[in-house]
Amino acid sequence: MLAMNYRGPYRVRLDRKPIPVCEHVEDAIVRVTRTCICGSDLHLYHGMVPDTRVGSTFGHEFIGVVEEIGPSVKHLAVGDHVLVPFNIACGRCPFCRQGLFGNCHEANPLATAVGGIYGYSHTAGGYDGGQAEYVRVPYADVGPCKIPDTMDPDDAVLLTDVVPTGYQAAEMAGIRSGDTVVVFGAGPVGIMAARCAWLFGAGRVIVIDHVEYRLDFARRYCPAEVYDFRSLGDPVVFLKKITDSLGPDVCIDAVGGDAAGNALHTLFGTKMKLEGGSAIALHWAINAVKKGGIVSIVGVYGPTGNLIPIGNVLNKGITIRANQASVKRLLPKLIEHVEAGRITPRDLITHKVPLEEISDAYHLFSAKLDGCIKPVLVPPTARG
Amino acid sequence: MTHRPVDPSTIPGWGIDADPRNDPTYPMRDVSKETGDPGRPMRLPRQEPRVELLVSIERTDLPAVFGTTVPPSGLSGTIRRSAFRYSESHWAHWLMLMAADRVNVVEGVVQDLGRGRIPNVPAEMGVRAEWAHNRTGLVQKVAIVGALMGLGWLLLRRRAR
Repeated sequence: MLAMNYRGPYRVRLDRKPIPVCEHVEDAIVRVTRTCICGSDLHLYHGMVPDTRVGSTFGHEFIGVVEEIGPSVKHLAVGDHVLVPFNIACGRCPFCRQGLFGNCHEANPLATAVGGIYGYSHTAGGYDGGQAEYVRVPYADVGPCKIPDTMDPDDAVLLTDVVPTGYQAAEMAGIRSGDTVVVFGAGPVGIMAARCAWLFGAGRVIVIDHVEYRLDFARRYCPAEVYDFRSLGDPVVFLKKITDSLGPDVCIDAVGGDAAGNALHTLFGTKMKLEGGSAIALHWAINAVKKGGIVSIVGVYGPTGNLIPIGNVLNKGITIRANQASVKRLLPKLIEHVEAGRITPRDLITHKVPLEEISDAYHLFSAKLDGCIKPVLVPPTARG
Repeated sequence: MTHRPVDPSTIPGWGIDADPRNDPTYPMRDVSKETGDPGRPMRLPRQEPRVELLVSIERTDLPAVFGTTVPPSGLSGTIRRSAFRYSESHWAHWLMLMAADRVNVVEGVVQDLGRGRIPNVPAEMGVRAEWAHNRTGLVQKVAIVGALMGLGWLLLRRRAR
């Protein structure tokens, strides 16, 4: 089969690999029909995530048709078209039972802090991902969800990560009616977090980034007030000024370790990799949010440490909430929102690219060329 | 760029998920779920390991499933095995893994060459997309790299004399 092959930082290509087989009684093999490149795939692509091995296949956002099932699988059948949450979750461990499907303890031998994630380095379990024609799906009775007949596949593929992660960012933020919410990052997750903040009753939604075309998209899609941090001087002072000097009620970090905006963080975090990425967005979030406010983190950082003003978390009495999205928990509600037209995920897709052009798609997304918000890859086996 | 305030009443679904119980936000610990379902096993049988697996020393056993792609090998594999002598709490664990990743890139090139394949690095880096959408930037990068290589070559020649 054709599969993405990581060769080193900024280098990926398409190669032939053996079709995966069921390795566990509750596995399934899925033929991929749509797969996305996620903003967090760019952390891998940029060489920021430890234990990213040459030869790995990335991709944790995919949908597809069930081709084979293990002997214990009861709820799926060959031929089902399913969307597969990016987290691999057993549904039985103490964390899954709490609804923390992003923190399953039964899917990753290599790290206890990180759950199992498709195609996200050996630090996330060493699974091949969905940027391929076929993918192995463990715990097939738990994660995969049949795509409703009425749902557009382009909506479905964004329900595997982008929509739940954006939604959970707003949910963790504990938004009260009328709250002012600031979202750092106008990538697909930041845009979705801003859109979902309204569902929780926000009174004002502000998006901060430095990529003009993305801010323009966020202004129209979310909709939100948008600001280019390069024009603000000090973004923290600016946010205080437009919120009666108290600061926003909630700040959401939807950027993670690839944040621009501070030379020191870029040097230590992004270039030298001595931090788990550049944490300037989180730094701004902590310093801008109102005393007693909430900082919600869905931006991905590496597992090492980061330079952030933890003293101000104490001094300001801030609550920090963070997690990988619990996709399975959120799916029923999000499917309802999509079917009711409250959220239109497919509008984020700006590029639909054949899987064979994966090298160009990664570069396009990484370098933010051609107005790229979200690229979707379509394997040849799904093009008929 | 405009900064117009948005009227929330115009947003489809505004406030539909507002929930006063969402305080201090999800997830709230639910002790009733901690005992599990007595009729349902807590763990499935374990997948058979068929490749070398590195396991965090913070775990007491293998999980029921795990990935089997790209087992450790070569010099990078040796460094990775050493890294797993340390817990996830040690900086050394992660920095050694990052070092192994860099060594692995060189191993990947050697592996390609050993199979008679010269890696097409510009294509792997998406040069076609750069040419299509940022031609000026590509020309500038090529010019800068060319100038630096030329400068390096001149310096080496001078030193050789």
